[in-house]
Amino acid sequence: MNSMISLIFITIGILFNLLGCIGIIRLPDTYNRLQAATKAVTLGCCSILIGVIFHFGLSDAGTKALIAIPILFFGSTVAAHALIRGTYHFGIKLGGKSVKDDYKDAVK
Amino acid sequence: MSNWLNILLYIQIGLCGICMYRIIRGPTIPDRMVAVDIFGILVVGVCAIISIQTERSYILDIGIAWIILSFIGTLTLAKYLTGKKLNE
Amino acid sequence: MRYVTVFILSMIFWLMLTFEFKVPNLIVGTVASIITSAVFTRFFIQNVYKLIQPHRYFWFIVYLFVFIWECIKANIDVAYRVLHPAMPIRPGIVKVKTTLKSDLAKMLLANSITMTPGTISVDIIDDYLYIHWIYISSEDPEVYTPIITGAFEKYIKKIIE
Repeated sequence: MNSMISLIFITIGILFNLLGCIGIIRLPDTYNRLQAATKAVTLGCCSILIGVIFHFGLSDAGTKALIAIPILFFGSTVAAHALIRGTYHFGIKLGGKSVKDDYKDAVK
Repeated sequence: MSNWLNILLYIQIGLCGICMYRIIRGPTIPDRMVAVDIFGILVVGVCAIISIQTERSYILDIGIAWIILSFIGTLTLAKYLTGKKLNE
Repeated sequence: MRYVTVFILSMIFWLMLTFEFKVPNLIVGTVASIITSAVFTRFFIQNVYKLIQPHRYFWFIVYLFVFIWECIKANIDVAYRVLHPAMPIRPGIVKVKTTLKSDLAKMLLANSITMTPGTISVDIIDDYLYIHWIYISSEDPEVYTPIITGAFEKYIKKIIE
């Protein structure tokens, strides 16, 4: 029963990962790729780790997976924030479809 | 059951291959960095699936260490992008 | 007092990570926790007595459920935009004013905004957050501010301030 639930969670996670990778290939500029990819992939990997928790139960491996989830969350969030800020300061322009840019005035 | 887990593992490794495509192909430097960051997160998923297959818990340790290392690496690269020296 | 709190928290973290209660493991954990608390206490929160007030934990659990629900809902939205053949995106950077005061609260708000798909916080300058948004539904600050921060701000105010 538990292994069945864990398989369901892992399958959902891999579907989210697939969406993130399609986003990397299809979307037009760097900012949008970061948008779609980072968060979908993070949610997918968290779902895989939840599957690992269900499979092992409350043992050492389950506790390690439980610790890994918040580290993954905060790490990837801060990394995405740093990457998008670095991208803007590096001088990459917003893509052709963009409609608004408030940050331009604040940097100068 | 374990057959299905095998298929999922191969799909996940194939997704790493898609990231490789973006790393090699990507037109600008930030594109490649985004792909490297996402590659690091996908490897954690591979570690988790292998730890279920082999019933060993130390492979999850590799996953946690990989998260932290890829986090530090991405922060360093992002700091390089903003144009500052690393000791500021 | 702050040193003791950091020591206890890192000891709990070590025990969860290794998950065995033998004497050599406990000695190594104690030494590592002492080094950690000596080096990193200056980055910890100022008022540690906020950690033992139970209503903050209650609001934190409520906030966690709201956060997971928003996360799933918005993730499906982004999936629709990626899979749609015409890709209905209107990206741009907008400026949002926040009413939160302390640094930790601003950090938590920026983190939650980043984790809901569709929005990434680019920078925080004084009271304004700059947010990259994948589909700008309106250009009026009165309209889009509640859409971005409305769900989280009141819970974060109850948790931290």
